[in-house]
Amino acid sequence: MKSPMDEIMNLLRELGELELEKVDLSVEELRLLFRPLMSFLPPQVPKAVAPVPAKPSSLLEAEFSPFVQEYPGTIAEVTLGATRADGGTRGRVVKIGGETAPPWHFLEGKFPNPPAIAGDVFDMPVPLPGPVRAVLGDAIEDPIKWAKLAVEKFGADLIDIELVSSDPYSKNTPIEESCKLVENLLQAVEVPLIVGGSGNPEKDAKLLPKIAEVCEGERVLLSSANLDMWEPVAKAAKQYGHVVLAWTSIDMAQAKELNRRLYEYIPKEQIVIDPTSAPLGYGVEYAFSIMERIRLAGLMGDAELQCPMGSATANAWGAREAWLHNPEMGAREYRGPMWETAMALTMLMAGNDLYITLHPAAIRTMKDVIRWLMGEGGEPTFFPWIGVK
Amino acid sequence: MSAKKKIGPLDIYALLPKTNCGKCEPGVCMAFAARLAEHTISLEECPPLWEKGQEANLKKLQEMLKPPVKEVKIGEVKVGGQLVVRRHEYRYFNPVPLAVTLDDTLPEVDLLKRIKKVEEYGYSYIGKTLKLDMLAPRYVSGDPSKFEATVKKASLSKLPLVLWCTDPGVMEKAVALVKERRPLLYAATRENWKEMAELALKYGCPLALYSPHDLKGLKSLAKTMLAYGVQDLLLDPGVGFGEELRETINCFTVLRNTAIRGGDEEVGFPLVASTARVWEDGGRKPEELAWEETALATLLMVRYADLIILRSEEVWSWLPLIILRENIYTDPRKPVSVEAGMRAIGQVNENSPVMVTSNFALTYFTVASDIENSKVPSYLIVVDTGGLSVESSIAGRKMTAQTIADAIKASGVKDKVKHRKVILPGMAARYKGELEELLGFEWEVLVGPRDSSGIPKFLADHWK
Repeated sequence: MKSPMDEIMNLLRELGELELEKVDLSVEELRLLFRPLMSFLPPQVPKAVAPVPAKPSSLLEAEFSPFVQEYPGTIAEVTLGATRADGGTRGRVVKIGGETAPPWHFLEGKFPNPPAIAGDVFDMPVPLPGPVRAVLGDAIEDPIKWAKLAVEKFGADLIDIELVSSDPYSKNTPIEESCKLVENLLQAVEVPLIVGGSGNPEKDAKLLPKIAEVCEGERVLLSSANLDMWEPVAKAAKQYGHVVLAWTSIDMAQAKELNRRLYEYIPKEQIVIDPTSAPLGYGVEYAFSIMERIRLAGLMGDAELQCPMGSATANAWGAREAWLHNPEMGAREYRGPMWETAMALTMLMAGNDLYITLHPAAIRTMKDVIRWLMGEGGEPTFFPWIGVK
Repeated sequence: MSAKKKIGPLDIYALLPKTNCGKCEPGVCMAFAARLAEHTISLEECPPLWEKGQEANLKKLQEMLKPPVKEVKIGEVKVGGQLVVRRHEYRYFNPVPLAVTLDDTLPEVDLLKRIKKVEEYGYSYIGKTLKLDMLAPRYVSGDPSKFEATVKKASLSKLPLVLWCTDPGVMEKAVALVKERRPLLYAATRENWKEMAELALKYGCPLALYSPHDLKGLKSLAKTMLAYGVQDLLLDPGVGFGEELRETINCFTVLRNTAIRGGDEEVGFPLVASTARVWEDGGRKPEELAWEETALATLLMVRYADLIILRSEEVWSWLPLIILRENIYTDPRKPVSVEAGMRAIGQVNENSPVMVTSNFALTYFTVASDIENSKVPSYLIVVDTGGLSVESSIAGRKMTAQTIADAIKASGVKDKVKHRKVILPGMAARYKGELEELLGFEWEVLVGPRDSSGIPKFLADHWK
């Protein structure tokens, strides 16, 4: 039996040309179809050379129609923290997500919530680069003081307390003690909290549910659930009304798989995707592209990826270029904070919604840039924080 | 996604001479077609295609392979030539050149110092030296002779030139001095477009069009230039920090999407981000302006700028930009990881140190290079961390005491060295105890520096 394509080819041989009407062909089909046909086409008659048009004597006004696409998906809106009215004790809440278009495509959709900036706080003194120590002073020794500084002076929207001392291979701080610290923090600052576990999955499987329990109603962001340890965190978030940071390592399939599992317990309004933020100079391009892809997939309708994203932007300090003392690389009291800022700005263009940052110059610059992108005015606020030795 | 991406080697092969003449680097037509399809070779490299009788095929191929954002040469440096909006859709081409302004009000000594600083600046990064790319003499003095003098000094450098001047009379004198260098004329505006078009035609130079935050105006300029016969264009939609930032981001976003996904050929040109303009904001300190400029250049580097004109001369502001460029312009298809297993760095012997790292390519190459710098030949055991850095793989449980112990055992290092000491990355310090246990207390586990730049010092202090 002759295929329709054979028929078209025969016709072409006879007629030399053929107009297709009311035929639906995909680009792929067209390509396949017309490649073998080329040899059958009559030799091209060179077109008569058009006379050179006269140079225009006045500006030719053009109409500009911007390319605009509609996206079927919407990113979930996630609320962090709860005020008294909602069963918590926070003075304010932070809402992220809700986008209906790729990052900052203003003509294509809405960006109802400004991305939020968290100040990173550790529960014990950890090795920190010079430019960060310079702005923290002795607050490094005291997480409560540090958190207050980050909120009151640096302008952080929320606080990320990292319970690194609870790691059995570190100080193995008892769970009760870690919980006590988090409770004290809730008293000390009025902003929402992110609570980061020890990094040890066995410990975190016990620690994070306990944190969830003592913070009941506060809608903290539990950091994190991952493919090795997700169920205890998901269950605790469901039971006590919290949000989960879903951490995977630069792999879209893994991000989907983890969310699939989390969705058995909690809706997307209780999840923030963290696809891993490799530092500027050390893989930031992977983080950038995975975020762009996740956001696009969510907007195109992939329900497993319709959550806001978070980034541990403080990872930027892992790059030696951020902190090495080396005059050839420029003054590090500028270079270091700019390193963290540049990484955060890169993530901002990829669609990231929540930033965990260390340096006030990064926090302030991000807040300024975000405010301007949201269409609000105001003067820059970062000046006092650059170049601090 | 661009329709260009769909063109396969067979479509291209059909139009090639198919003689396998061997005059191109791949040698045979099919391989040449495959390289053309991935845009890693150009049609110029097929001499027979440019002979008489091939005109029709050549034209078809040129049309077929034409990127929706035109590739334009400034000097010998190609800019633009983008096929896709987002790098993961394929890859970005022609890493965005960074030009540095030279105001014609600079005293000669300062001017020469600045030129030298730009020329000599370089940063070593995974086996490459990252550099700045162009000089941009800028007419601000109001004295044409000063601009000419500045252009003359700049032309002593081999770097390509951007001539920043909107006065056509002044521009003509300057461009006449350096016409063989194919400088970018920056810029034509609604006011001077006709004279600038004449200059671009007369001297065969690329021309930038400038219409700040006015896309209709910018497109009108482009349309007019094309009708005028000026083909090599760049578009500058203007920049602003502060309240204007939103419109800046909007313009770059809309222009690139309209060119590639909307197929609007009249805006299918490389985009210029002239971040130097933030310095026009008086009343701020230089370091504050350098900060703003770097932040803005960062945003626009990942938001489609194909040429950036900087004013800051602070090394701290250049470094993040040249590294971000290196990162963003890598081919996203390149592997993230190196093969796990043991490597010998230098002429190792039975007393050589044994170190552990992850198989993330960048981590591996950085650590290997730092070991080389230490001048102490060493064994490096590369743990399979799924291509994650040490820090991320510890957080993600890809690097654990168990995976390190397994890698050490599998490496056979036991038979290579007489000692029983292994050095962990500082970030993996927490595994010390557990690892010693897993290795049956046969090995002493030393905790190395948190960053591998500390390896030379660490070995000097601890490996005697």
